[in-house]
Order: sequence, then structure tokens, then C-alpha cells
Amino acid sequence: MSIKDQTAIVGMGCSKFGERWDCGVEDLVIESTTECFEDAGVGPKDIQAVFLGQMYAPVGGLAASQVIDALKMKDIPFIRNENWCTSGHMALISAVMAVASGAFDVVMALGVEKLKDTGYPGLGTGRGMNPVSEARRTAPGSFAMIATRYFYEHGLSIDEGRELLARIAVKNHSNGALSPKAHFHNEITIEQVLKAPIIASPLGLFDCCGNSDGSACAIITRADVAKSMRDDPIYIKGFGISMDPMLPHNRPGFGWTSFPALVNSSHRAYEMAGIKNPREEIDVAEVHDCFTPTEMAIYEDFGFTTRGGAIEDIRNGFFERTGGLPVNVDGGLKCFGHPVGASGLRMTYEIYKQLQYKVDNPARQIKNVARGLSHTFGGPPQLSAVAVFGNEKG
Amino acid sequence: MSIGITAFSAYLPYNRIKREVMGTAWERRGLKGERCVANTNEDSVTMAVEAARGCLRVVDREKVDALYFASVTAPYAEKSQSTLIATACNLGTGAFTADFGSTPKAGTTALRAALDAVAAKSASNVIVTAADCPVGYPKSDQEQLYGDAGAAVAIGSENVVAEFVAAASVNNEIIDRWRNYGERYINVGEGRFIADKGYKKAMGDVLKAILKKTGLEAKDFAKVVLASPGLKDSAGVAKKAGFADEQVQDNMMLEVGDCASAQPLLLLAAALDTAKPGDKILVAGYGNGADAFVFTVTKEITKVQKGAFAASLANKKYLNSYIRYLSFRGLTEANPGEPFRTFPSNAAYWRDQKSLLRGLGTKCRKCGTTTFPANRICPTCGAKDENDLVLITDRTAKVFNYSIDNLAGRSDDPVVVQTVAEDAEGTRYYMLMTDFDTKEIAIGLELEFTFRMIYEGGNYRNYYWMCRPVRKGGNE
Repeated sequence: MSIKDQTAIVGMGCSKFGERWDCGVEDLVIESTTECFEDAGVGPKDIQAVFLGQMYAPVGGLAASQVIDALKMKDIPFIRNENWCTSGHMALISAVMAVASGAFDVVMALGVEKLKDTGYPGLGTGRGMNPVSEARRTAPGSFAMIATRYFYEHGLSIDEGRELLARIAVKNHSNGALSPKAHFHNEITIEQVLKAPIIASPLGLFDCCGNSDGSACAIITRADVAKSMRDDPIYIKGFGISMDPMLPHNRPGFGWTSFPALVNSSHRAYEMAGIKNPREEIDVAEVHDCFTPTEMAIYEDFGFTTRGGAIEDIRNGFFERTGGLPVNVDGGLKCFGHPVGASGLRMTYEIYKQLQYKVDNPARQIKNVARGLSHTFGGPPQLSAVAVFGNEKG
Repeated sequence: MSIGITAFSAYLPYNRIKREVMGTAWERRGLKGERCVANTNEDSVTMAVEAARGCLRVVDREKVDALYFASVTAPYAEKSQSTLIATACNLGTGAFTADFGSTPKAGTTALRAALDAVAAKSASNVIVTAADCPVGYPKSDQEQLYGDAGAAVAIGSENVVAEFVAAASVNNEIIDRWRNYGERYINVGEGRFIADKGYKKAMGDVLKAILKKTGLEAKDFAKVVLASPGLKDSAGVAKKAGFADEQVQDNMMLEVGDCASAQPLLLLAAALDTAKPGDKILVAGYGNGADAFVFTVTKEITKVQKGAFAASLANKKYLNSYIRYLSFRGLTEANPGEPFRTFPSNAAYWRDQKSLLRGLGTKCRKCGTTTFPANRICPTCGAKDENDLVLITDRTAKVFNYSIDNLAGRSDDPVVVQTVAEDAEGTRYYMLMTDFDTKEIAIGLELEFTFRMIYEGGNYRNYYWMCRPVRKGGNE
């Protein structure tokens, strides 16, 4: 089954990401949807359903109601999902499927997260499925294990490995410096990365993404009417979602340097989009750089490089803005932070703007772009969602 | 039928503090030696589990039909803890469980009750496990002298390593060492008064009583094992009763400290670890009276002597500050850090106790894949509810992957080591590591399971299994 070119994005909005002490969830969704409606040239009354991605339900377990009340959108379904870090992509893909099915013509996918109201700088401990056996599982501690095992398998010393990962952080910060909506705009050096305090060995401070607030959204419609709404709609070429069956920590035989969910979600999306060689055919990608080793594993699992090829490609700058396949051109989670439910749509916003040649700072506009990919990877980690976009049909 | 001790075990926590460090913090003289300090995730229940599991390496758990727990510092004021310990030891629900407390004599009182039960054929194999974390007033001598530890003996009639000869007891009403309801620190009376009319009197009386009862003389004993609240109290009492210095079991006050109800059992375990067949051993515990016992070591002893006590004395890491002792024992607050995103439920905890407490995993009948905690659906072949429960926590495994998070724990104990371990059959385990030295953590490091307190969400103690490096000799 393929829904290639059946749906298109005709408007997007993205809030400023950062420590938005001035904003609640309500303000964040008003900020992103206002831009989105203006971009699409439609209003709230034109939206037939909203698909909401939000991981934390801040008000006594309620999430969608708070957003409905804020936006005053009447008489339509608000469907909220939580799928860890992929919640934004799940909202987008649900919206795409709803239009492709014929149930609706114009819908919105909306992601939001207000992490800074939790009162803590991190994503929290005890994020697992059992309050006793997973009480102190943290994100940095879990994702650091990708690096530990990758270094071991490839014979990299801790210092060599950390230097390699530092290049990913430096690249993303270089990109983020050119992103007005990013949380962080500081360029950093490899030396700074290596000297920063260790958070979860072998990861230092700059190997970890920030913790911020944000919202992003998209209006999806049928591809056959998209051109009547704007000259440069962005078409959904394919998507892939995969969930690994078990916490990787407990999974028999699991190697930690490659995740079946990453391989399967990306390859399913490529198949739907008709992509044979992602390294050549993808022009720009936004992938889940929650921690630097995650981005490294994604290069290999997504076929952006060969097994073990990440090492040379990182050293050669292949994924930099001027490289063969620019990745996380807006600065990624590293610079935007990771307001969980919003991230998938924020990444898609960058791809949308890149493919329209309308990036808010021309200095990071990639030339000759036709195909873009956005991706989030969530949980212990266990879940992966990928979407591929193009600026022309076919 | 001869009855007696069939297994013995002592558990010393990994952390120690030098008494000099404690004294310096109060600008006073530190007493000689060092003491054991339970880890942030340890309490009298977890140490009693450790000690009991030591006995289960020798005694078949299927045959254990009673478990007695003795402690004056049991974490729950009301709730059976012997049942919790029996469950963590994966004993059957038919086992009789009982909790002993109120006085440091509880350890030997439980021992006497176990001997009586086996003699009366009310039980065939009883584990007596005792553990304590006594707390003295800040700046006091007691604060330095107390130590945290656990010890256990198994009592039965098969493969007896130390045959029970006789017991004698005295009771001696005196207010010498006490805590009122709700108090944390142990009150002690004036030193000379409580020594003369308390410890020395009761211990002297009980030694006389047991010698009279058995018709034995001091010279007949290879070892006399006496509880000792201070550095030299046991030596004084023994000398007065006619024992020579070399007969007196080292009271471990320079290495362990007074671990209250666990102390006489711990010293007995130390004595048995080096005893010879035919040795007569006299052991006595104190607390508002005293219990004394005579055992004769049998030739079976050599089968269970593994030098474990000496090894666990050598396995240690020093706390470098008094303040860390205070926070480890909950005497000063630690910032708990970020709140957990998952919330405790006593119903869920009860439902999941096969894995969480008993340490049972599931082994698939179709493909043989084992998982821990238990899974109803096999991750390898998908078979549903076709598995057998298997005991996991007696296994060892090696580090396959790990991370060392410097910030994830509470403020006084912030380092959290997430560990993915693999055992010889390829089963994977996800646990937090404890009692580690970060420098030793590497892929391939051998690990064993240890029962620990994970956190106190829900206003009760959530216990589960962690892993720790296997050290030479183990922690018995």
C-alpha cells in the first residue's frame, strides 16, 4: 500500500523554541497555529479535525482538552496521541492517513510540549513502564549505551569515540546558530564539547539535547486540491513507523548499535516514496539527535552510510550543511531542545521550508532540494517514525 | 536425632567509614578502627535477605519451612518483614515466618526459638536471619561503635556442621539501652552502671549457667563467641569467666561495629568459618538478659568453609566524609532529585511480586528463551503463556552494556549505573548496578544479583533486584 502523493502540506507554523516562561501550552499552540493559518491562507473554521501529539498530559492526565479550550475550534474531533518522542510524527501521519482515507479534506496535525513547567531541567527519572524495576532509568543513561557499544564494536577508545561524537554536536550547533527559532544559537568547538561536564558517561553536556518548550503544526489536504490553496505545496511521499517489541535493555541478543525500528521505519518510508538509494536521493534530513550517538546510529540504520561508515563520513563532514547529505540543518534537537510532542512537526517544518526555498534564514537554505526526510525516535528507545516529503509530484 | 547449625552466613555492606573521620567531624577523638555503613539502598531487610541467601547456597530452599527475622531496626514499625525476606528468598508460602525485635538479644532469641522448633519437630529447617543498622546520637561513642551488618544461620537435622549441645538464658531487667516509640537514636545509661549491672552481670550469669548446665569448663572450648557493645567488653567478660585470650573470638569491633541483633550470629559465622571438627563453641548474645549456646563442630564443617567471611571483610570502599554517613543513614536530608514519572501502586507491586521480589523469570517451553522480569508472551517465538517460572537471582551475568549517569540519583548518591547484563545462556538483564567502583566497570565485568530498596514511593518501601560486581570470595 502506498499513499505517495495523495496528500500535501499546505501550511505550517512553528513557535519559537526555548525556555518559554512567558507561555503556557495555550500560548504555544496559539503561536504555532497563527503562523500556520496565515501560511495556508485558511482559518480555524476550515479545519475538519485536529491530530494532537503531546507526550505529557499536564493537567491531571488531560491533554487535548487544554488545547481545544485555548484554540476555540468548534465542533471537530481533537485526537491526542502519546507515542514518546514520536508523538509529533504520529500526529502528522494520523492526519495524512485521515485525509488519504477520504474521511476528511482539510485537517491539522499539531504538536506541543511544555517541559519547562515541570520544574526540572531534564526529562525525569523513572520514565519506564514499571515504577519499581525501572525507577531510575533516564534518557541520557539509556542512549549513552549506544555509544558504549559502538565504541567497543569499532575498537574506538573513549577519547576517540567522544571526539567523533563531538563533531555531530559541533555541526548541529553551527546550524542552530543560523536558526532564529532555535533555543540555542551558540557555535561550539570540539574542545568545548570534550571539556564539558560528563552527564552520563561517555556523554558530556554537549552530547545531550536541551530541554525546552515549543509547538509546531501543519495543515494537510488532498494532493489534488493542494495547488488551489498555494503554489508550492509539499507532498507526502511516504512514511514508516516501527516499534521494537521489547525494551532494548531486556531484548535477547540485542547489539545496541543498530535498531530494527530505525531500519524498518526508514526502509518502509523509502519503499513508499520510491527511494532506492537514500544517500543519493535524500537531499536534506532532520533526524532524532536527542543525543549525539543516536544521530550516529541513524546514519547507518537509515542507509545514509554503510555499516561502520559513519566514522569516516562524520570525520569528512558528509552530513554538514555543505556536505553530500545535510542532516539537522536547523540545529536539530541539539539546538531546538526536545519538547517531545512538538519535535516531529518542528523537524517537518524545516523540511517543508527547505523544499519551498523559504527558510527563515537564507544562510542555511540548501540548494537543489527535491526530497526531504524527517524522523523521530522515542522511548527506551523502541519507537521510530519517518516521513518523506517532496516539492513536486512523482 | 542430632540437631544444630547446617549453614551460616554473614553479610557486610561494601561501605565503611573510619572512626577517626567521624570523630574529626565533631572535633573529638575518633575511636580505633572502622565500622560498616549500609548503602543508601540497604536496610535491615535487604541485609537480612543477603545473609539468608548465603545459607541458601548450602541448604535446599525447598526444604526450608520456617524463617525468623531478628532486628531492632526493622524498616517497618508495623508489617511483617520476615514474610518479605522469605519471599525475596523465594521460599514457599507454606513456610512459617516470625519477626523478633525489641532488644539486641533478638538474634539469639530467634536462634533459641529455631533450635526449640527443630527439636520439637515443629519445623525441619529454619533460617534465622538478623540484621541491624543501629544509630547512636551524633558525636557519641556509640555512633562510632555501632555498625551495620547482617548474619544468618540455618538450623536443621541433616548435614549438621555444628551440633547443638545446650542453651541457657537469663533475664535481667535494667534500663541500659533503649529507644522510646518514634525515637531514632539509641539512649544509653551511665557507662559504669550499665556495664556493671547490665552487660557484665547478665553475660557473666549466663556463662555460669551454661557451664553448669553442660558440666563443661572454660578450657573445654575452642572458641567463646560473645556479643560486645564496646571494643573490649567481650574480652573482659570472657577473662572473668576463666577463658584465655586466644579462646575469645575477635569481636570485629575494629572492622564491623556493634550490629545489635546480628552481632552474635555474625561472630558465630566468623568463628565457624575457621573452626575444626570437634571444636566446642560457646556463643552468647546480650540485651536485658542473655542467651548462651554450646555447639560442637562436626566433620561436615569443612564442606561449607569457604573463607567467605575474611573475603567480605576485605571487600570495601570508604565513605570519605561523616556527612555522607549521616545522609546514607537518613540522619540528614538528601535532595531526592527529579520526581519519578511513574507512580507506585501497592496493588501492582503485589501482583508483580513473582519477578520483583522472588526474582523469577519466564523460560519459554517452546523455544527456551528466558526473560526477566517475567513475560507472558515470548519475545523470540511469540508463544503465549507457555512458560515456566525460573529463579534468576542466583545466577551470575556479565556486563554487555552500561552507562554511568552522574546526575540521575539522589544528591548524596548521584551516580546511577544502568546495566545490561548477559548470562551464560544468553539471557539479558537490565538492572542498576550498586556497590561499584566506577573504575572497575567495563564490558565483561561479572555481576551477581542483590536485593535492594529502590525507592520509597507510595510511603512504603519498593524493593527490587540490582546487580553488583562479583568480588573475590563474594559477599558470602
